[in-house]
Amino acid sequence: MAITEPTISRRGLARLGAAAATVAAIGAVKTAAAAETSGTIKVGILHSLSGTMAISETTLKDVMLMLIEQQNAKGGLLGKKLEAVVVDPASNWPLFAEKARQLISVEKCAATFGCWTSVSRKSVLPVFEELNSILFYPVQYEGQECSRNVFYTGAAPNQQAIPAVDYLMKENKVKRWVLAGTDYVYPRTTNQILEAYLIAKGVAKDDIMINYTPFGHSDWQNIVASIKKFGSAGKKTAVVSTINGDANVPFYKELGNQGLKATDIPVVAFSVGEEELAGIDTKPLLGHLAAWNYFQSVDTSINKSFIDAWHAYTKKPTRTTNDPMEAHFIGFNMWVKAVEAAGTTDSNAVIDAMLGVSVPNLSGGYSAMMPNHHITKPVLIGEIQADGQFNIVSQTPGLVVAQEWSPYVADTKDLIGDWRAPLHCGAFNVKTGHCTAGKKA
Amino acid sequence: MKLDRTAYLTLALSLGVPVALALLNQTTEVGSALHIPTYVVALAGKYLCYAMLALAVDLVWGFAGILSLGHAAFFALGGYAMGMYLMRQIGTRGVYGNAELPDFMVFLGWHELPWYWQGSQWFPFAVAMALIVPGVLAMGFGWLAFRSRVTGVYLSIITQALTYALLLAFFRNDMGFGGNNGMTDFKDILGLNVQADSTRSALMVISALCLCVQYLVARFVVQSRFGKVLIAVRNTESRTRFLGYRPEAYKLVVWTLSAVMAGIGGALYVPQVGIINPSEFAPANSIEAVIWVAVGGRGTLSGAILGAVAVNFGKTWFTGMLPDYWLYALGALFIFVTLFLPKGIMGLFAKRAAKPVAVLEVAE
Amino acid sequence: MRRLLAFLMIAAVSLASGPSKADPVDDAVTALSSGSFDSVHEGVGQLVASGSPRAAAIIGSLQNGKLYFRPDHTLFIKQDDGTYVGALTGTPAEAGAVKPVKVNNAIRGAMDAALGALRLFSPDAATRMTAAEAVFHAADPAALPALTKALEKEADPAVKVRMQQARAAVVLASPDGAEADRVAAVGVLRARGDIDARGFLASLSDQPPAVAAAITSALTAIDRLAQIWSVGQSIYYGLSLGSVLLLAAAGLAITFGVMGVINMAHGEMVMIGAYTTFVVQQFMRAHTPGLYGASLLFAVPLAFMVSGSIGIVIERTLIRWLYGRPLETLLATWGLSLVLQQAVRTIFGANNQDVDTPPWMSGATALGGLTLTWNRMYIILFSAVVLAGLMAALRYTSLGLRMRAVTQNRRMAAAMGIRTPWIDALTFGLGSGIAGMAGVALSQIDNVSPNLGQSYIIDSFMVVVFGGVGNLWGTTLGALTLGIVNKFLEPVAGAVVAKIVVLVLLILFIQRRPRGMFPLKGRAVES
Repeated sequence: MAITEPTISRRGLARLGAAAATVAAIGAVKTAAAAETSGTIKVGILHSLSGTMAISETTLKDVMLMLIEQQNAKGGLLGKKLEAVVVDPASNWPLFAEKARQLISVEKCAATFGCWTSVSRKSVLPVFEELNSILFYPVQYEGQECSRNVFYTGAAPNQQAIPAVDYLMKENKVKRWVLAGTDYVYPRTTNQILEAYLIAKGVAKDDIMINYTPFGHSDWQNIVASIKKFGSAGKKTAVVSTINGDANVPFYKELGNQGLKATDIPVVAFSVGEEELAGIDTKPLLGHLAAWNYFQSVDTSINKSFIDAWHAYTKKPTRTTNDPMEAHFIGFNMWVKAVEAAGTTDSNAVIDAMLGVSVPNLSGGYSAMMPNHHITKPVLIGEIQADGQFNIVSQTPGLVVAQEWSPYVADTKDLIGDWRAPLHCGAFNVKTGHCTAGKKA
Repeated sequence: MKLDRTAYLTLALSLGVPVALALLNQTTEVGSALHIPTYVVALAGKYLCYAMLALAVDLVWGFAGILSLGHAAFFALGGYAMGMYLMRQIGTRGVYGNAELPDFMVFLGWHELPWYWQGSQWFPFAVAMALIVPGVLAMGFGWLAFRSRVTGVYLSIITQALTYALLLAFFRNDMGFGGNNGMTDFKDILGLNVQADSTRSALMVISALCLCVQYLVARFVVQSRFGKVLIAVRNTESRTRFLGYRPEAYKLVVWTLSAVMAGIGGALYVPQVGIINPSEFAPANSIEAVIWVAVGGRGTLSGAILGAVAVNFGKTWFTGMLPDYWLYALGALFIFVTLFLPKGIMGLFAKRAAKPVAVLEVAE
Repeated sequence: MRRLLAFLMIAAVSLASGPSKADPVDDAVTALSSGSFDSVHEGVGQLVASGSPRAAAIIGSLQNGKLYFRPDHTLFIKQDDGTYVGALTGTPAEAGAVKPVKVNNAIRGAMDAALGALRLFSPDAATRMTAAEAVFHAADPAALPALTKALEKEADPAVKVRMQQARAAVVLASPDGAEADRVAAVGVLRARGDIDARGFLASLSDQPPAVAAAITSALTAIDRLAQIWSVGQSIYYGLSLGSVLLLAAAGLAITFGVMGVINMAHGEMVMIGAYTTFVVQQFMRAHTPGLYGASLLFAVPLAFMVSGSIGIVIERTLIRWLYGRPLETLLATWGLSLVLQQAVRTIFGANNQDVDTPPWMSGATALGGLTLTWNRMYIILFSAVVLAGLMAALRYTSLGLRMRAVTQNRRMAAAMGIRTPWIDALTFGLGSGIAGMAGVALSQIDNVSPNLGQSYIIDSFMVVVFGGVGNLWGTTLGALTLGIVNKFLEPVAGAVVAKIVVLVLLILFIQRRPRGMFPLKGRAVES
């Protein structure tokens, strides 16, 4: 019965064999190439260069390449050159796990800098723990995690959301809150924390509206109108936006067109930075706010030289810098310092040496790696200006220590993460004295 | 059932290579020249699961003329059924240490397991669900669609609508399937550590066995009398109907079978890649599965397996080697295959005398 | 605005107490050049209270970010040509090292209120209108005398109404005043009836019983009216979403509907149109800034041509080899879409690009209780024009005639001497060109990024299939129906569920009508 399948001829078989041999040969060449470069320290870069997240992550790949180039110009690390290994996980979450495994077990990278979305971090986390390697995660996130193998250089919710809400309560006397977000874990957690916080501050439940939209939501007419309606109850209203990347541009365009001005209903965003604003005409958005740990407009000499280096590296004097870039800047410098202190790139030694390392951040102070694998950060609040930059209107007087486990979530309020001896635990319950998760193996 | 040289070769490769990889991974020392790293085992396991999806697509597209742009939905549903089982196995080792509820439910403030999670802690139940859920969905959907004679592009587009609707639904945290993050950080399967090399090797070999069984089943179906009617339906549906057959019944059977096959693939996929989340429902994934089949050779079964493995190997290789340019390479490959290899890679090896495999729809 | 009042009082007192105090203008200048937000805020109030003739100019330039200060407490206004004038003198001055005076939202609010009061007597009616609106929003009792004076002089009826509303707000906001006046004021705001009036009325507390009762009934009346208008508003939202879908799908209705080519790169044609807009704007900003406001008018034909020619190239090099193998075009064009996306990423970078909305497309207008945003109104209009043009082209031009002939019966058309390959190329070019024009429209409401096309491709296919392949009227009706159904479901079910429900309804609908709303008749469509 040959109607269903072609029968492979002998010649075809020979061709198949040739193809297999070619693949094998390519593999062999690659192994040889890897062996040749063993005199370097490899650094993995795991950021999506295609797909939906490329929009945010490509910049982080570029900044890592710049930092590695700068370090090599300074003579490398431990007398060896650093070598960047760039892979493209293509905004595909299982592919993130596959690429992480490749970076660690095939390329033998000493550390990996990468991920943006929470789901990508969740996807690679078991791989990093299984193979005992190091990941630097540079994006503000929902917290509720404290892995021994991950260093979280982005903000935890208390390093971003709560100071922003405090600011609006104090400066604008806001009494009514819209918590608008994309339906995924970061907004859900942040809103859960904020809701508990607001209620604790005496805001009535009726004065809080929570709204979730899908990823990439592009038609905001109804939602902006309902925000306006919610704001017409006679109390000063503000919007806390945890809307994710792509959906922000149409959201802000609709805000501008429906005439929702910052003086009436200010919107404070946690995921909108210089990069996102570069795609919007910001004139109608004057005065809307964002809370971050870094703005490009920070007026310090270290920031200025960072921006200059960035422009020189990208050969584009209009490229913006943003908060996750600063996180990589801090994370990379911390890793360099820890490797120098440990005298090796061995994961266990570096993980131990990382604790307490302190390096300059770009806003003029020093950020330190705490025992919970999160860093200390100042919190800055900026208003959007007509040129797409932020006008910094408030800055916390000191550095804020991250709360990796939220005190406002019932199940985690007693947890702490402490990777120092003797605890060595990512989720230690201070009430029961038990380590519930993430004990060092 | 008659097996020809292609079939023997397909079976030998699909089973032999994974078994060899597993043996080399398990029996040799790390560092030895013959050692196969776990990375390769994990990759091979993933490809084998994709091959099952491709086989399922080829069965309906190559032999019944149903171009499904939503087949990844069945794959993902199978994966979710297995993911639920794996989540329940975490038990108190989750972040919140809750024995009953998965972490994301604790986080959402839920206090009890929703009804549709009942029973998911039993492995046989999970396996049954991985077969039943895609099967029932496909049967319902197919019954509606084939009965009212939705064909061609209309059918393709509504399969796409189906997977898109499921994508949006599973994104919702309120659905109780973990929202965008899905399910991850699995610990055990049947009491074995999912991250252990031995478990990985075993899962890969099981995947290979499943693939071979699926291949044999698919071959049996298409070579039977039933299969001949199916090909008649593919070529000229109206004429087959005029001859007294009921095309919708034939299509419904093969469609449901195909969905179940995809579901098995998904169920084996999840423990090996360690995550299941709604992006598996993305229409782009389904289109990619169709592309694997086209690259391998539509209507050849063994070509589907070859296409899935080849394209995914290419993807793995290019994303590592040419991170900035791999999309050019992949895109160009698809264009090249369609223009110059209309019968896919299998067409290259086919005997010149062999009849064209995919007889094109003849205008009526 | 209580604070402004306080300053006015302090200012009045300090003026009355004699010349021993420093000049209030000097105080204001010192405050404005202090560099702290709180002092600048006070400075704005002091400046207004000082009655300085330069107050409006200084606050206006502060609002536009043109006010600079020197550490020695001197203020300068930056001119458009980059030179400075003294803020108090208005004459050119050497500034030296200056820094801009920074403002925050609180200061911006104070400036709006201050400028409103200062501009109530402007010769320009439109300025007076905005001024009255600003006074309404500020509701600062201190503005009452000025407002009363302005009302007496006002001749323009529309401005007069606005001023009366502002006066009503001021009356209600002031702690004293006759009860009858206040009840009348509530009536004025009830007549205004919009969301701002509602917000203001709802914010009032501690009112005498009669006034409170009037407010409660006014709120109920406004809410009831808003409920009725909201139906119209939802229809508008639906129409606007529908017109976006229609634009995205119209090109597909040609390439897919008429030619039967499943063009997965259709979304990328839309994206290329949007990037064309970006390039046109960049070029015009650099070379013809005078015409910048009309950049979109130039972008539309250019986007049509760019996407159209790319479409023709694609047809000639790729698709023409695949006729008769409709489902394989899907594969090839999918590959093509990957290549095009990555190409745009390589050329322009992965980030969003900034496409400006021209002033005539920004903002919104009110029609009764409806808020009509200009950009969406223009998009509705634009999609209607595109649709009409497309239909006219198909019906009345010779190219259209040939296209229809080729799609109806290719062999017969060829026998009649029509060069069918050429017509195929032009038809595909037309469909792609329309996608390009859709890109111009989408650049006004969505991200201009390499992923732009992907987010519309699925919806576009749904629309075409729902309407009935090969039928432009079907596509139109399909797009509008999907848009409106979606927008009516959204407030009830939420954005995500609304979309899921629409998809499920669509699947069920196709079961009922397997060839869409308006199936083409005849045997030509069978395969």
